[in-house]
Amino acid sequence: MESLTLSDVEQKYYSDLFVYCDVDNTKKVASNGKVLDLFRAAQLSNDVVLQITELCGATRLGHFGRSQFYIALKLIALAQSGLPLRVESLNSVKDLPLPRFVVGKNEQESRHTAMYPDTENQGPYSSVIPRPPGRVPAKKLSTHEVIQPCVSAVEPQPDTTSPVVSPHQSPPTSPHAWRKHKRQASGGAVDRPPAVAGAAWPPFREAQPAGDGMWASHSPPPVQESWVSFTDTPPSSTLPAVHPSSAQESTTVRTVASAATTNEIQRQASGYEDPWKITDEQRQYYINQFKTIQPDLTGFIPGSAAKEFFTKSKLPILELSHIWELSDFDKDGALTLDEFCAAFHLVVARKNGYDLPEKLPESLMPKLIDLDDSAGVPESAPEVGFSSSPVEVTPNKSPSMPSLNQNWPELNQSNEDTAIVHPVPIRMTPSKIHMQEMELKRTASDHTHPTSPLMAKPPELSEEKKLAAIKFPGSTVGDGYSSSDSFTSDQEPISSAVTRQRSHSGTSPEGLKAVAPPPPPPRPHASHSRSSSLDMNRNFTAVAAGTQQQAGVVAFPPAVPPRPLPTQTSVPHGHRPVDGDGLPAHSSTSPQQMPEQPNFADFSQFQVFAVEQPVDDGDTQQDGGQVEKGVDAAGAVRATKNDTQAEERTPATVNSAKGSTPLAPPPKPVRRRLKSEDELRPDVEDHPQKSSVVPGVLATQASIPRSIGKDKKAIQASIRRNKETNTVLARLNSELQQQLKDLLEERISLEVQLEQLRPFSHL
Amino acid sequence: MAVCVAVIAKENYPLYIRSVPTQNELKFHYTVHTSLDVVEEKVSAVGKALPDQRELYLGLLYPTEDYKVYGYVTNSKVKFVIVVDSSNTSLRDNEIRSMFRKLHSSFTDVMCNPFYNPGDTIQSKSFDSIVSAMMVQSS
Repeated sequence: MESLTLSDVEQKYYSDLFVYCDVDNTKKVASNGKVLDLFRAAQLSNDVVLQITELCGATRLGHFGRSQFYIALKLIALAQSGLPLRVESLNSVKDLPLPRFVVGKNEQESRHTAMYPDTENQGPYSSVIPRPPGRVPAKKLSTHEVIQPCVSAVEPQPDTTSPVVSPHQSPPTSPHAWRKHKRQASGGAVDRPPAVAGAAWPPFREAQPAGDGMWASHSPPPVQESWVSFTDTPPSSTLPAVHPSSAQESTTVRTVASAATTNEIQRQASGYEDPWKITDEQRQYYINQFKTIQPDLTGFIPGSAAKEFFTKSKLPILELSHIWELSDFDKDGALTLDEFCAAFHLVVARKNGYDLPEKLPESLMPKLIDLDDSAGVPESAPEVGFSSSPVEVTPNKSPSMPSLNQNWPELNQSNEDTAIVHPVPIRMTPSKIHMQEMELKRTASDHTHPTSPLMAKPPELSEEKKLAAIKFPGSTVGDGYSSSDSFTSDQEPISSAVTRQRSHSGTSPEGLKAVAPPPPPPRPHASHSRSSSLDMNRNFTAVAAGTQQQAGVVAFPPAVPPRPLPTQTSVPHGHRPVDGDGLPAHSSTSPQQMPEQPNFADFSQFQVFAVEQPVDDGDTQQDGGQVEKGVDAAGAVRATKNDTQAEERTPATVNSAKGSTPLAPPPKPVRRRLKSEDELRPDVEDHPQKSSVVPGVLATQASIPRSIGKDKKAIQASIRRNKETNTVLARLNSELQQQLKDLLEERISLEVQLEQLRPFSHL
Repeated sequence: MAVCVAVIAKENYPLYIRSVPTQNELKFHYTVHTSLDVVEEKVSAVGKALPDQRELYLGLLYPTEDYKVYGYVTNSKVKFVIVVDSSNTSLRDNEIRSMFRKLHSSFTDVMCNPFYNPGDTIQSKSFDSIVSAMMVQSS
């Protein structure tokens, strides 16, 4: 047979069982009948029983020797724990609970018999099954408690113990239930290693009924820990108390022990009901404890005092911390009576092996049970005290909190306000400040004087545009284009010019709501480009400023004059991806368009276009605006392209296309800008129309009530996302363009070398 | 929506740092560490003003190509750092502020716990859950 190592507890238990089965008192062999009965009482299937008997070697021997019996018991424990039956696991499995055997008795009876000595209690049982030693202490306790608690008639233990026991009165069931539970393995608590129970038990040992002889042998408490530590008296205090000593231990020890037992009992009982319910006895006990710390029941226990108190329970600090978090309902750093009870209960539960819950259980939430001071505490899940009992919470909050509280509402309000007031989020990139101002003005004006601001702008724009146009050739247009995404300064002027033109056209023909030169609504988002449309003009020289912005801006201006320029160089590569279809067509013409750029000062075209499809552009532009980023380059390109040719050509088509694009909620002119990016991609021609569309859009925007703000937000969010992708794509474009340029240069150099070498080759 | 949340004590050692597991944690640790410099800079800049006037929310500390780092400092010089993914642009300033607010309030709760010794790492489950909620949103 496999050698079996048993812990002391197990050893005792098994020997008891063996004795129990050893009907013939042979001390060597347990009668098969008894053993089999016992095994069946373990509530295992017959197959398992057979397997066990086989494994332990009894079948081989034909009888259950002591060792076989022990092995069998261990296997039963394994089986009951759900572990596979293996001989190897006999010694390898640690902390295996003792095998449990079901007793035929029902609980109720046992409850009422708990008072009696074990033997008596066992009487009713169909079979007397030795109690696991670990249970003994509990049993003692139960008897103890049962004794005390009014419940059973059993003569109370010496009165000395009564005070201790009183708390135990908790469900008289507990003692019985205890046993029963243990037998039936009901309630999770029962599985607790007996050791846990041992803690408080010792003190009660003395109270053990005389009949408990069998158990007395097991009295040595497996574990002395537990509550006892509450009183700071070392576990040893429990020992002396244990036996014979009279129940006169220090009250605290008793109470502690009793509390422990109470808890055990409670635990037992709770197996059937709410495991976290506090019984009256327990509550009374807790209240008494509370009084020792804080005489005033309506007062608080400060955190430090509570800390000391609960530290005595010897639970790990982490768990105590968790318990605190759960029980300090109003998060004020102090415990009211209810909170204290909850915390105490949790500690007890934890000591008895219950796992701490993640949330405070319902039954533990501070309620109006005994006192009214918890009245104010809401029963919602524990939350930061702001919402909970206001009186208690706020004053006690950490100093920083009040200030925080103050700050936050302000912040909220400020943010809210800004968010609400303007359809366009006031996110500003540094360079957009202008734009935002414009935006504000625009939006304001949209609703009020749509046209006025716009009107004021066109003249400027036209001039600036011209400047920009002129500048284009001067500046390394190619660079600008090559990096459609790179948003070089070149693009800026272009874009600015474009935007201006756009806005120009937009406004002039329409004179509508204001879409005024779509100064890129401060749609801050990364794509600054749009917003700076108007700024572009100013930033002309600045150049370096958000190139992207300009690109985006460029997109807007209906004129899209700069288009041709950008497309010239890098066009084929870079812009295509970004601009989509429209660009290629333009790229080819870009060189030619270059010289034409100055033409885009010719706003008349725009006006025409603008008028054509005011609405479409507006809508499409909005969508395009979303795409801003990536579009910047594209926008610039388009702008250049569009200015002359594009406008004339496809404005209609473009616009229509744009019009079909999802009409971003009227919000903002930023949308328009974003849209421009979008537009850049799909079509180049939109620009001229965009301008016209923009006004239309703005008009719609104005018309659309702010109530759509939410939709706007959602759309804005999507716009942002699109912008993101745009930027990414734009970057990609610029990189590719850069590579292309490099390659071209290489190629050129190689060709030159080739040329040089050619003559030699002939030689 | 953060990819990394860190709480740094007054003495600039971390009390709590947690990243979305998929990421390279060390990278975030390093980022948070370097962001402390920026925090110091911002704090000292406003240091002239009385602490009361100093804003707790520091805003975007610095952006990198992959992510952005936001900072927040309490009156007791405990710093909160949040790292968010750059691709997550839908995050608004408000949201970041609210995230910091939540962090601060749950941090306060942790502080209120008498079993917590200031200077220990934060092992509170509720704090963890709040941080998880913030991080799960994003990813």
